[in-house]
Amino acid sequence: MYDGETVRAPYLDLAGWVSDMPPDLLDLKRAEADALFRRIGITFAVYGEGGDPERLIPFDIFPRVFTAHEWRRLERGVKQRAQALNAFLRDVYGRAEIVRAGRIPAERIFQNAAYEPAVVGIQPPRGIYSHIVGVDIVRTGPTDFFVLEDNCRTPSGVSYMLENREIMMRMFPDLFQRNRVEPVDDYPNQLRRTLMSVAPESCKGGPTVVLLTPGSLNSAYYEHSFLADQMGVELVEGQDLFVDGDHVYMRTTMGPKRVDVIYRRIDDDFLDPLCFRPDSMLGVPGLLNVYRAGNVAIASAPGAGVADDKAIYTYVPEMIRFYLGEEPVLANVPTWQCGNPDDLAYVLGNLSDLVVKEVHGSGGYGMLVGPAATREEVEAYARRIRANPSEFIAQPTLSLSTTPTYVESGLAPRHVDLRPYCLVGERIHLCAGGLTRVALREGSLVVNSSQGGGVKDTWVLAD
Amino acid sequence: MRLTVSHVTRYRYATPIRQVVQSHRLTPSRFAGQRTLDWKVEVEGGRFSQPFTDGAGDTIRTMSMHGAVEAVDIHVTGTVDTVDLVGVLKDHRECIAPGVYLRTTRATRPDAALRKLAAKAVSGIPETARLDRAHAMAAAVADGIVYAPGETHAHTTAAEALALALGVCQDHTHALIACAVSVGIPGRYVSGYLFASADGVAHEASHAWAELHIEGLGWVGFDAANRCSPDERYIRLGSGIDSVAAAPIRGVSFGRANEDLDVTVAVTAVQQ
Repeated sequence: MYDGETVRAPYLDLAGWVSDMPPDLLDLKRAEADALFRRIGITFAVYGEGGDPERLIPFDIFPRVFTAHEWRRLERGVKQRAQALNAFLRDVYGRAEIVRAGRIPAERIFQNAAYEPAVVGIQPPRGIYSHIVGVDIVRTGPTDFFVLEDNCRTPSGVSYMLENREIMMRMFPDLFQRNRVEPVDDYPNQLRRTLMSVAPESCKGGPTVVLLTPGSLNSAYYEHSFLADQMGVELVEGQDLFVDGDHVYMRTTMGPKRVDVIYRRIDDDFLDPLCFRPDSMLGVPGLLNVYRAGNVAIASAPGAGVADDKAIYTYVPEMIRFYLGEEPVLANVPTWQCGNPDDLAYVLGNLSDLVVKEVHGSGGYGMLVGPAATREEVEAYARRIRANPSEFIAQPTLSLSTTPTYVESGLAPRHVDLRPYCLVGERIHLCAGGLTRVALREGSLVVNSSQGGGVKDTWVLAD
Repeated sequence: MRLTVSHVTRYRYATPIRQVVQSHRLTPSRFAGQRTLDWKVEVEGGRFSQPFTDGAGDTIRTMSMHGAVEAVDIHVTGTVDTVDLVGVLKDHRECIAPGVYLRTTRATRPDAALRKLAAKAVSGIPETARLDRAHAMAAAVADGIVYAPGETHAHTTAAEALALALGVCQDHTHALIACAVSVGIPGRYVSGYLFASADGVAHEASHAWAELHIEGLGWVGFDAANRCSPDERYIRLGSGIDSVAAAPIRGVSFGRANEDLDVTVAVTAVQQ
């Protein structure tokens, strides 16, 4: 928010708003926000901890703000990345020119567990594999943005983006009169249009879209039901769908209804026991055959995960150059692949300065933040890396930007990241906003909600 | 050689079930070694999807049955002309990169014993002589696992079969894939039929063997169980990373049921 001692321009109005607000009113408002979230029922299941698994993600009422100028650059960068990632997926499930050209080692792709041999040679509708790309971005300076990771499968959290805005507008309507903030509430509509635009060619008339969830025990079930409701599409589980002949159908009280597009929130492994894990009870037997015959679209397409694997991440700038002939707008964080002996030696020698992650990990689980770790933790982690180096990557500890955040002692700087949501269908669309996650513990760089992170409303100011 | 196939698979359910969905890989491959004259897959009361070809070149169809299903009878009948290409899968159209088949699954993961078996078999054979290495490993697997029906089951892994030193063609195939992968040669599982009474010894007519990728030749079949490469007695259906992925019939049945499975396969040579 600050540029040296002065408040940065986009935050000027908010600075005044805060200084004018009596402290007791502020406490009241924060309690009100909490109550609203509880009433709506946004909770979040935390794995691997005892106690109440359905926890509320702390919401901070101080918004994160981007100027129109800043956002235009982010928008260019995110769209560029989403296009390159989709071009990469088309390529590696086709002729794999990027491998032939020697830009990415073959084994990184073909021996990657997320690469699905079952869909090689299959062209999804419009050639799109990843329809919703969530790109995690951090800021380290006025014009320095870095991409931490890409999420090409089923990036979650968009319900928080929508609910955070809804609650801010309900609680502080005057703020939105004084600041021209780009709306985000069009997202469900844009998502529905994106999904409809990738219906298979064989589909005549208006396509039927469904959202496939693993069920109410999943940690993101709230988001699944919220998005289905907002889009006006059916929320289904595997048992609600069945394959008959060439098509997949949904059971309804009016009889079977043909389904054209499935927005799935279950992993590839569980999609179809006839193609992937034979013991899966969550999926739809025969679904992959219908998909491969071109009679249903699946978003994201099976196999899309190979593009957002942490071991592939390093090559995204190369993809942008190779497929788009452009220079990346957003930079990658320098990354060491522990599977590479030179990198491994460096990482083991500098563990206390680095952030180390599991290649297939997510949600901030199982990572090491070197500067914040004890010597014992660092040593224990080093043993894990040595046992299986190729399962780990390391990155430097970045000095993430901070945004004022309400904590016990009042307003204080806390580190934030950003996940904007890019939709890829007939056209490519970036929602003007996103999910800002904030590390609530002082000095902490881990923003994941499973690790005690909170969320904020994200503003993009209109010109 | 002109071969006729009659392959009947019968599933019986003690109590009727409400839905059966299967994925069939039951059509002979198209390559220079075989030409299909006629071929039919029939299921009474079953509905078939249009066939499609997957990235491995296999022809796949979905078969579904709905309602109170008491039995599923799959009849495969047909005639195929075959020629001996000494195992080489010539003129087969597929687009999966061979490197994919350097991956292993639970069934094909090489343990220390399999690695040792492979290393011993190829020792002294230069790395560039991939074909010789492949033959040596196939022979080592045949020596290491004695043909013994009923000693292993559908979920037995390559490592378990080698430890037992007993198994059937599925175990030989998994073990050979495991060995090949451990020395950097891509390997995959092939399902098909074998006209086996030619040598006067009874074998299962439903058969499986391995294909290993040999630079310069492409995919080459190795039937460790019979100590040979597929010739004109073999009909190839399809391939996969292991026996589950390459299964001619993959299915699930809905509704709690006691499933009873009965398979009869006859492959005969036609006098010409």
